[in-house]
Amino acid sequence: MNENQQAVHEIARVAAVNEPPVGTGLAIEASGLVKSYRDVRVLGGVDLRVPDGSVFALLGPNGAGKTTIVRILSTLTRADAGLARVAGFDVVRDRHEVRRRISLTGQFAALDEVQTGAENLRMMGRLARLPRAAACQRAAGLLEQFDLTAAGRRRVGTYSGGMRRRLDLAASLVGRPSVIFLDEPSTGLDPQSRQGLWQVIEGLAASGVTIFLTTQYLEEADRLADRIAVLAAGRVVAEGTAAELKRRVAARRLDLTCPTQAALDQVSRYLGERVVYRDPLRLTAGVATDGSAAQVRALLDEIDPDRCLIAAFAVRDATLDDVFLTLTGQAKETAHA
Amino acid sequence: MPDSLIMAGRSLRLSVRSPEALLTALLLPVMLMVVFVYLFGGAVDIGTSYVSYVVPGVLLLCAVTGASTTAVTVCQDMAGGIIDRFRSLDVPGVALLAGHVIASLLRNVVSTVLVGAVAFAIGFRPHASVAGFAAAFGVLLLFVAAVSWLAAAFGLLVSAPEAANSAMFFLMFFSYASSAFVPVRTMPWWLRGFARHQPATPVTETIRGLLLRQPGGLPLGTALLWCVGLLVVSVAVSALLFRRRTA
Repeated sequence: MNENQQAVHEIARVAAVNEPPVGTGLAIEASGLVKSYRDVRVLGGVDLRVPDGSVFALLGPNGAGKTTIVRILSTLTRADAGLARVAGFDVVRDRHEVRRRISLTGQFAALDEVQTGAENLRMMGRLARLPRAAACQRAAGLLEQFDLTAAGRRRVGTYSGGMRRRLDLAASLVGRPSVIFLDEPSTGLDPQSRQGLWQVIEGLAASGVTIFLTTQYLEEADRLADRIAVLAAGRVVAEGTAAELKRRVAARRLDLTCPTQAALDQVSRYLGERVVYRDPLRLTAGVATDGSAAQVRALLDEIDPDRCLIAAFAVRDATLDDVFLTLTGQAKETAHA
Repeated sequence: MPDSLIMAGRSLRLSVRSPEALLTALLLPVMLMVVFVYLFGGAVDIGTSYVSYVVPGVLLLCAVTGASTTAVTVCQDMAGGIIDRFRSLDVPGVALLAGHVIASLLRNVVSTVLVGAVAFAIGFRPHASVAGFAAAFGVLLLFVAAVSWLAAAFGLLVSAPEAANSAMFFLMFFSYASSAFVPVRTMPWWLRGFARHQPATPVTETIRGLLLRQPGGLPLGTALLWCVGLLVVSVAVSALLFRRRTA
């Protein structure tokens, strides 16, 4: 390390925790992340770039590798290959620097059930190197911010799921992190608690921190994130703003039910990769549509010009499965081309 | 304040907040002492009052039951989400474990005082000087630290808290197959070799010798060597296990 680099390192070291990192304007930068557990490849080369102060959502089904990415970026797990920098620091070499600048809220509440809310926060504050008085003050401030002041005196074991999640999030903020990782923040919450949590996350985003969240819900990513990456089977298959992704994935699906198996085969053959949904028992295949009368009419005429292959149709809201099918299908096409 | 002390404060609070577990850990040795003195003691002829003989052994049982709490709490921490939060706050694994061990030491001070008080009430009369008491207490605490850290390593090794609790039975076996409750010479010949050459015997005999001011040499050196050795190995093994569990 030459003198210049050392000086930069030193500046970064003494910089206050909530100051933006020196450098690229990227809070998270990952390239070629690969991870296998035994023989199972969980990540097959993931690249990510998350600008400072933005909200980034990693959208994917169970088992896509979302949690593994979060664990690698938050220094808890080492990638087999690839590089990642968070808040300007390498997640392996400078993991201690990274840890001072991030927080992680996982799928399981990281709280002590038999401690009160306030005690949990004070403990996290002390572990984040706050002096006793400051830790108490910070705990009280966070309880108020998260609407938990009254509950703060009660043991966490008595909390509802939504309160627990809010306290967990509050606990992750004691050290004033500049990058916040939220792994499936709303999983298991009822709709009302989810709305409340979304408002909290929006408030955090407005305060200028970088938020990296994972979710299985298109709606959640759409509502919260500036940019979304879609992860399927350990690869990013699409990335962009919600609007960009929606343009690639129709929001509706046209289900076509055929009178016979032969008709279904003919329709499927004609549509090829455009089929985003299959239900062979009901002799049904689905294609993407915007749901407008004009497009539905055009699609029916195009697929079944002789009016004998399709017995019935229905327009449905696309599910996340359709999105993945469409995106992974497109990804395959690109790969073939 | 170092992380280990913050973690010790947390562990103590968790202990106090689980009164059932705490009461079991505190009362079990007292009950066992009463059982030994009044049920088995009459059948044991060791030449002196059995309660005086058995108190050091009961203190070892305290250490063992206390240590099993350590195994369970370490195991629970590793199984839950909180370990990730601690790690992302850059709390070293050794500080987390040290916190559990320090809490175990403090719990043991309480149970030792309790056992001592009940023992005194049923006829235990130590003859030690202040220095002798201090030395006996020191040896006991070193033993508690060693078995607690061993239990912490066990807690890292197993995946379920129920399994962690079985640490107590392994450790209890060592207390029973020693001179803690009956003289080794009364055991079958094949057990004597084991009983003489395992940590519980020199530790018990050192504490007993110090408390009762017995004539003759104490196996103090052997006791200290066992405890320090066990402690060093347990710290090293648990550091390795922690790294493996969190890889």
